[in-house]
Amino acid sequence: MYVAVKGGERAIENAHAWLAEERRGDPSIDELSVAQIREQLSLAVNRVMAEGSLFDPDLAALAIKQARGDLIEAIFLIRAYRTTLPRFGSSEPIETSDMQCDRRISATFKDVPGGQILGPTFDYTHRLIDFKLAADGEIPDAAEVPTDPEPVPHVTGFLNKEGLIEEALDDEEAPRDLTREPLELPADRALRLQALTRADEGFTLGMAYSTQRGYARNHAFVGELRIGTVPVEMDIPELGFAIEIGEITVTECESVNQFKGSKTERPQFTRGYGLVFGQTERKAISMALVDRALRWEELGEDFVGAPAQDAEFVLYHGDNIQATGFLEHIKLPHYVDFQSELELVRKLRREAGASQVQEAAE
Amino acid sequence: MNDYNFAYLDEQTKRMIRRAILKGLAIPGYQVPFASREMPMPYGWGTGGVQISAATLTPEDTFKVIDQGADDTTNAVSIRQFFEKTAEVETTTTTSEATVIQTRHRIPEEPLTEDQILVYQVPIPEPLRFLEPRETETRKMHALEEYGLMHVKLYEDISQHGHIATSYAYPVRIEGRYVMDPSPIPKFDNPKMEMAAIQLFGAGREQRIYALPPYTSVVSLDFDDHPFDPSKAPHCCALCGAEDSYLDEVIVDDEGGRMFVCSDTDYCERRRAAGHRGAALAEDAA
Repeated sequence: MYVAVKGGERAIENAHAWLAEERRGDPSIDELSVAQIREQLSLAVNRVMAEGSLFDPDLAALAIKQARGDLIEAIFLIRAYRTTLPRFGSSEPIETSDMQCDRRISATFKDVPGGQILGPTFDYTHRLIDFKLAADGEIPDAAEVPTDPEPVPHVTGFLNKEGLIEEALDDEEAPRDLTREPLELPADRALRLQALTRADEGFTLGMAYSTQRGYARNHAFVGELRIGTVPVEMDIPELGFAIEIGEITVTECESVNQFKGSKTERPQFTRGYGLVFGQTERKAISMALVDRALRWEELGEDFVGAPAQDAEFVLYHGDNIQATGFLEHIKLPHYVDFQSELELVRKLRREAGASQVQEAAE
Repeated sequence: MNDYNFAYLDEQTKRMIRRAILKGLAIPGYQVPFASREMPMPYGWGTGGVQISAATLTPEDTFKVIDQGADDTTNAVSIRQFFEKTAEVETTTTTSEATVIQTRHRIPEEPLTEDQILVYQVPIPEPLRFLEPRETETRKMHALEEYGLMHVKLYEDISQHGHIATSYAYPVRIEGRYVMDPSPIPKFDNPKMEMAAIQLFGAGREQRIYALPPYTSVVSLDFDDHPFDPSKAPHCCALCGAEDSYLDEVIVDDEGGRMFVCSDTDYCERRRAAGHRGAALAEDAA
């Protein structure tokens, strides 16, 4: 005999206990430390910081551990924590031209002041499984050179001097804050960039890739990609001046895109921009391409109906925490709505059956 | 868990949500954008309702949570536990004892009173969304009271199926002005929405709040020659014998045998406590 399903509470407790056990895995294997994750899975840590919108490598590493390596789950943990933090001010804009670069490349010039620095990249590795890593092999020392303390100028700056690329205007306006105000459209560029920098890497990559394949093609060159540390400064009202409160690693990509011109303006290159926490270059390049595609209106281009041009489509669907929550909620019970559908389908079938019988009789 | 503020959210956030609620009550059926926060449960799992409850609860409140009409479905349990921990409010499963009721997909069978607040979890607040996917467009349609598209959709249903083929989240018109999504409650519950309690609707992911003050006019859309029909399964509850309650269909054996029981578990238990017996229990006794 059926009794109303009871015991949801105990089921949840048991599920949580089992989950904790599964997270730990075989207890005869050493437990991962947060420091190990932070140091050795640093690109995962970077992604969690970027999409979690919180620069804290230790916390991101802990979230990855707690989430059993599910990065979207880890991002969710960070977001839920971040939202509880008090906001006591905002920093000055970071100056990426002051960056201490670990990596800095330009695809548009063979050589540029400041040089091309490959840095720690997978780019030219042959993707062969390194079985030495399975045995704990010692790594050879990497060569070292003293860093050049001179600031590394932006490549697009050189194009700017000639007027070959559009000016990036500073409107001096404080951008709206996506995490403190509801997203309302139309969204200006600052707000779009905010949404893109925390958007899902896979989604942004797919959108960017679609522009390369002809859905709002804007032919992008990587004018410059740089990864390194920049100081963060904050104005302290009590002091009356800005002080450095820390240092963050960011990846910046400036794309140089196909030129445009009009009757009044001579042809020039246009820009796309990507800036993301940590070493996250796939994301930063994707962001720059999508940013450029979303700028069709201000650049006087046609809307060709491509998904990457459609700000509402991109901004409403790029957030993986929103997307995964809503997608996965269909696991929740829906038997009340399903019941009403059942009754409706039965009724419609009954009536369709009756009319078929009648037609046959006629 | 007292590291967090009462009911989890900080007071500034609660104030922002209360302002949205007040605006919603002032313009019944209008979707008020609000700066939805990331909650420690996923979007789509009731974060809108949870934020409204957090902004509404006071330490003196008694809180009830139902999902699909039941107090003991897993997500209802989870949300109830969240407020037990963060707000330390009293909780109950008895509809009449609760001052704030958070619900997903149902309105309790027992009529609510002026001392109660019903908080709905809303997945997609926009009733026009599946006719027009763009928010920029649907906001314009509401502003211009341009609801022809919805009537055309309902008419097409009738011409194709002979009936309006919407059985839950059945659109309603509020005070002759805004067309509103009642959240995915079965249309059986629509007539209950003209009620004594305050009704608040929260959509966290979509960042919208809307509201109905007590005794607001709520009309389910229909046509003169196809009047609204709040249908339910043509059975009575196998446990308590109720003929007036919304029923869940439960498959009981491998042959596809089924029984119908009240979806509102509190209602059903209360009726049984009062001595009502349905067919299944009568057989047991025999």
